[in-house]
Amino acid sequence: MKDRKFVAADPEKCIGCVVCEYACSMTNEKTFNPTKSRIRALRMGPLNNIAVTCRHCEDPACVAACPKRALSQNEETGMIIVDENLCVGCDWCISACEFGAMMLHPEKRVVFTCNNCKDQPDGPQCVKWCPEEALELVTSDVLAQKSRITAVKKLFGEALKEPKK
Amino acid sequence: MVSIALLKTYMEEKRVFAYAGKILRVNLTTGKVSTEPLSKESAKNYIGGIGLGISLLMDNSKPGADAFDPSNPLIFVTGPLSGTMGPTAGNGYAVVSKSPATGGVGEAKAHGFFGPDLKRAGYDAVIITGKAEKLSYLWIDDDKVQVMNAEQMRGKSPYETDMAIREELGDYYIRVSAIGEAGEKLCRFAAIINDEFRAIGRTGMGAVMGSKNLKAVAVRGTKDVNVADLGGFRDFIKMIHERMKGPATAKYRTLGTPENVLVLNSLSALATRNFTNATFEGAKKVSGEYLNEHYIKKIVGCATCGMRCDHIAVVPEGPYQGSTSRLEFECLWAMGPLCGIDRLDAIIEGMRVANEYGMDGISIGVVVAFAMDLYEHGIITKEQTDGIDLRFGNAEALVAVIHKIGKREGWLGNVLAEGVSKAAEIIGKDAEKYACHIKGLELPGYDLRTLKTAALGFSVSFRGACHLRNGAYSHDVKGKVNRFKIEKGRGKLIADEGNMYNIIDSLIVCKFSRGTYFDGWKDLANYYTLATGIPMTVEEMTKDGERIENVARLFNIREGKGTRKYDNVPYKIKNCPVPDEGPAKGACISDEEFQIGLDDYYAVRGWTSDGVPTIEKLKELGLDGLAYIVEKAKPNEGIVPCN
Repeated sequence: MKDRKFVAADPEKCIGCVVCEYACSMTNEKTFNPTKSRIRALRMGPLNNIAVTCRHCEDPACVAACPKRALSQNEETGMIIVDENLCVGCDWCISACEFGAMMLHPEKRVVFTCNNCKDQPDGPQCVKWCPEEALELVTSDVLAQKSRITAVKKLFGEALKEPKK
Repeated sequence: MVSIALLKTYMEEKRVFAYAGKILRVNLTTGKVSTEPLSKESAKNYIGGIGLGISLLMDNSKPGADAFDPSNPLIFVTGPLSGTMGPTAGNGYAVVSKSPATGGVGEAKAHGFFGPDLKRAGYDAVIITGKAEKLSYLWIDDDKVQVMNAEQMRGKSPYETDMAIREELGDYYIRVSAIGEAGEKLCRFAAIINDEFRAIGRTGMGAVMGSKNLKAVAVRGTKDVNVADLGGFRDFIKMIHERMKGPATAKYRTLGTPENVLVLNSLSALATRNFTNATFEGAKKVSGEYLNEHYIKKIVGCATCGMRCDHIAVVPEGPYQGSTSRLEFECLWAMGPLCGIDRLDAIIEGMRVANEYGMDGISIGVVVAFAMDLYEHGIITKEQTDGIDLRFGNAEALVAVIHKIGKREGWLGNVLAEGVSKAAEIIGKDAEKYACHIKGLELPGYDLRTLKTAALGFSVSFRGACHLRNGAYSHDVKGKVNRFKIEKGRGKLIADEGNMYNIIDSLIVCKFSRGTYFDGWKDLANYYTLATGIPMTVEEMTKDGERIENVARLFNIREGKGTRKYDNVPYKIKNCPVPDEGPAKGACISDEEFQIGLDDYYAVRGWTSDGVPTIEKLKELGLDGLAYIVEKAKPNEGIVPCN
């Protein structure tokens, strides 16, 4: 799955403002309703915020957990595909996903998750709208690079800091 | 026979978007719950937010009933844009009721995450009357509305209550708007707080809630909010989002409102030691610059907002280590310079404690400063303060007294919880001379002796001393007028901006974002139509702003608080000239110029010299039905020489 890309939030930047939720429901559902959003933000106290959505795992637990074979993964992109005719809304995939990225659609009563806004020419709309530029469509390589850069910056930042007078 | 096509067109025209189209009524005495439709006429004439709220207050209250009377309606209102992705407007709600502080219109707005859920639950307004038998909370789960027991939450802070309710109902995404101990104990400046530190702060709405034995309103809304023109709306808000990243909101995103500390200090407009001085020697230590460098840990924001303004301060060391709070200029000023305090750690702790009890962060500071002034002048004694050395500048005393007020502990805590106006009455001995309030509401952070447009604007505000009813201070601060003088022409500035602010608060757009609406009225009218599908011209919207002002004024007149003698400024502003060296030395407001200002303002408003709307004005605004209030108002009952 070379092309596997997913939306990741930078916890340092994310402020839990839920603009992503609105952008998602506006784009994919043509309405404003966070309960129909494929990305959900969480604010646990003012200092801890993060938006979470499907990471299209290499070995997705949701697919493995589905007793109805309603879930599958696209081999190229890694995206999780829900066969709405097979899904019975049993929620096994919801308990299997450790990130809460799999959700039950409040009206259709079948599960749904992030599709990377595959029909949008400019990509995921949550990324476009995020006022903090905290969201990014990344590959695991890019994510690893970013982590390394952050780690090195921290290391050198500490080393270079002058002692308090 | 009407053709189907025609009928369909008619139905389409009737369709209103963005509004929920429904008002919820809850009587806490009887437990009765009912709903009724929101009329398209009310929507168009009063928009939502405070406009709709004030109109509902007028129609649903008994004339003369006390703010704590069970019949006084406590009205939670959303705006037409609440629940949409509209930046700032999407996340707001307002609470309107008769104020226990002023006896007139009480109203305040808060943003965060509560408002949109109330809209998604399906309500434009919730009118709460009566009084629950025991402490309760209202649980609005879309169409299901229940009154729940809250005795186990007695004394809990709004945040603790929030968490307890989410826990009890088992859903983390439930949104809660709650009071703390101060509201339960009817502190007249008690706030209602959502999302930890977002407050329906001013005019004591939390006390009205407490008087109803209502601890909280919890809401879960899962319905769609649809706008009339999704494409047009998306493009419009995209534009506003982009503008929010630009210079119009830079102040709020960088230093935040505490930037005002040094600006006002340089203008001799930073009221210090309860409006004794107009500059503060410790200004640098409580400046936005200092705050950001030493205390701000993260800047966060509300739902759907494109900017971010919530400066989260954390005290890194010392006696208040770990104390965490959001801090804005007004509260910083009230607990800082106004109390002569230059220690940000204590101010942050003061703010945290005020939020914990659920109190208005402006009023609490003004109340403590008032007590300090009385203490320094020997009007209250160390015995009465339970041994607290209540000198100006005593940071520990500030925090200790806030706790006392929150709990109504001892003589001092109990008296001060009444707010400065009523506390002064109780204390007597000329204490009123030190009480800095207008109509019973404590002054916000501008020295009115050196910002005279502000003085006039604050005095005519329908909710009492307030910088956000007409933004009159900005003309002075920006140097657009001679700020040391009140003259003809100020009335129009105040009236025009007042109308605009009424609309902003009815759409519940955050005022921090007002600069992003480059075309002012045109932008706002367009925004409204894109969302609701209701055609709205600039003229109609301006008229709405004026109508809201007049209904608020009429409510105050009906309650005996709305005429000229109530449009005044505090004693110190008129009688104690600025002592500080510099260009402002000797400044204070003369009664003569103040009366000129009032005459000018009333003339612009089309009101009588007693400040009462004329029958012609009411007809022009379609308010004929309220003419009885004007007819009953005693002519010139009160051109009392001011203090």
